Amino acid sequence: MNAVSAGDQRARSRSLADWPPIILNLIAFAFGVAVWWAITAAQLVVLPGPVEVFQRGIELIASGQLLIDIVSSLRRVLTGFMLGVALAIPVGFLMGWYRVARALIEPYIQFFRMIPPLAVIPLAIVTMGIDEAPKVFVIFLASFLSCVVATYQGVISVDRTLINAARVLGAKDRVIFPRVIIPASTPFILVGVRIGLGSAWATVVAAELIAAQSGLGFRMQQAQLYYDLPTIFVSLITIGVLGLLMDRMVQAAERRLTQWQERV
Amino acid sequence: MTLSPIADPKISFQNVSRRFGEGDSAFLALDRLSLDIADGEFVTVVGPSGCGKSTAMNIAAGLTAVSDGRVLVDGTGVDGPGPERGVIFQQYALFPWLTVRQNVEFGLRIKGMPAAERRRVSDHFISLVGLTDFADALPKTLSGGMKQRCAIARAYAVNPSILLMDEPFGALDALTRVNMQDQLLDTWTRERRTVVFITHDVDEAVYLANRVIVMAARPGRLHDIIPVDLPYPRTEEIRLSQAFADIRNRVWHAVYHQKPQIEPSIQEEEL
Repeated sequence: MNAVSAGDQRARSRSLADWPPIILNLIAFAFGVAVWWAITAAQLVVLPGPVEVFQRGIELIASGQLLIDIVSSLRRVLTGFMLGVALAIPVGFLMGWYRVARALIEPYIQFFRMIPPLAVIPLAIVTMGIDEAPKVFVIFLASFLSCVVATYQGVISVDRTLINAARVLGAKDRVIFPRVIIPASTPFILVGVRIGLGSAWATVVAAELIAAQSGLGFRMQQAQLYYDLPTIFVSLITIGVLGLLMDRMVQAAERRLTQWQERV
Repeated sequence: MTLSPIADPKISFQNVSRRFGEGDSAFLALDRLSLDIADGEFVTVVGPSGCGKSTAMNIAAGLTAVSDGRVLVDGTGVDGPGPERGVIFQQYALFPWLTVRQNVEFGLRIKGMPAAERRRVSDHFISLVGLTDFADALPKTLSGGMKQRCAIARAYAVNPSILLMDEPFGALDALTRVNMQDQLLDTWTRERRTVVFITHDVDEAVYLANRVIVMAARPGRLHDIIPVDLPYPRTEEIRLSQAFADIRNRVWHAVYHQKPQIEPSIQEEEL
């Protein structure tokens, strides 16, 4: 009798561990929403509940407002991010490959890395006006700085033996660069791209809080003036969801491009 | 030890020295090495760590410069790496993003060989090392022994007249290693090359070689040259024979009972 019930217990606990993670994720999500609902329904805090936020979300979608905000935020992020990465990769390679370039460029990179991109906004607004330019520039700066460091770290950490192996097979620098250095440093570059996108997204929202006429950050700033908490919640959730989606996309690209890596 | 009397040596080390570092941290990795290796010969190099065996090989490969002396290959001074000298590294050094076939074809692409011919050459060498079924596999899916066989095929493919092997089987388990030794000799018998093979395994050194070069450390230098008068193909019978054991004992003594030298004031581990 005892043995049977012990066996049952084991079977039960194993079956919980066997549940697909997505089910567990959904359970956690539902639990979170339930707690949120319970707290707000009991009026423990003065915050909108899930139902209210959901209704506001529907309204904002129906009026097209949310879509406009998403598009203008995303456009800024992607423009600045693409420009940042497009410059960071060649500069990173240059720094990794040529000692002289590294010594000349690195002090600037290290210095500007210490300045939060948002701190550049006042200067950017004064010099570039209140158009798209200052926001795109700040995002460009944020993604460039995080990506350039990863790229050049990637180049300098390419295994010497691989370079030697290519040289003894007859490869000269101009072959080694595209055939060995670039593929060997791809995993590092993609980590840089991922970090860059993360910091670009964080920066755009903050930049819109300070100076913008549209976007998710701007919407929250407006809502703050009118004490419109549900809209702030909708914006926050949208920012989180979009950030997560972009990160997953880069992760998927990373997996495809670095399939050859031995993973522990 | 004097120069071996070999006419027209394939590789000739002539008073080769190599110092690393400068000032107080300088040390002599290789001290006036002179050694001739005949065309088609299989020599193995053994010695304690710090004896300069890897340094000597890197110099012959053109990956390290000499401080003094010179190395001639076919009578011409070595100046940088060249496809006539294939190198096989202990860490395999396969390009992990390329398949077995693409790795083997790497040197052929650089030469500008047309795709059809490349394919024919890579097919030949991949089958020579028994990897035909894994031609399209990525290195991460291969065992250590298979990786090293792929590296050997890659080195062979560019048709070098010399193979320089730096402890190529050092990372393999004992059983795989014996297997690889037989395969290497088999390949060498069919595709004759001059081979310089570095190892720290006395058995392996004797089993493979025409001659065993024993080196000494601090400073790295030539200690003894022991001929191995055993016929090829080498078999298990030879490996277990008395004649093999006698040579093995000689090499063992040469490696492990070197007369202590007056140590130079500055000494460092070999890089």
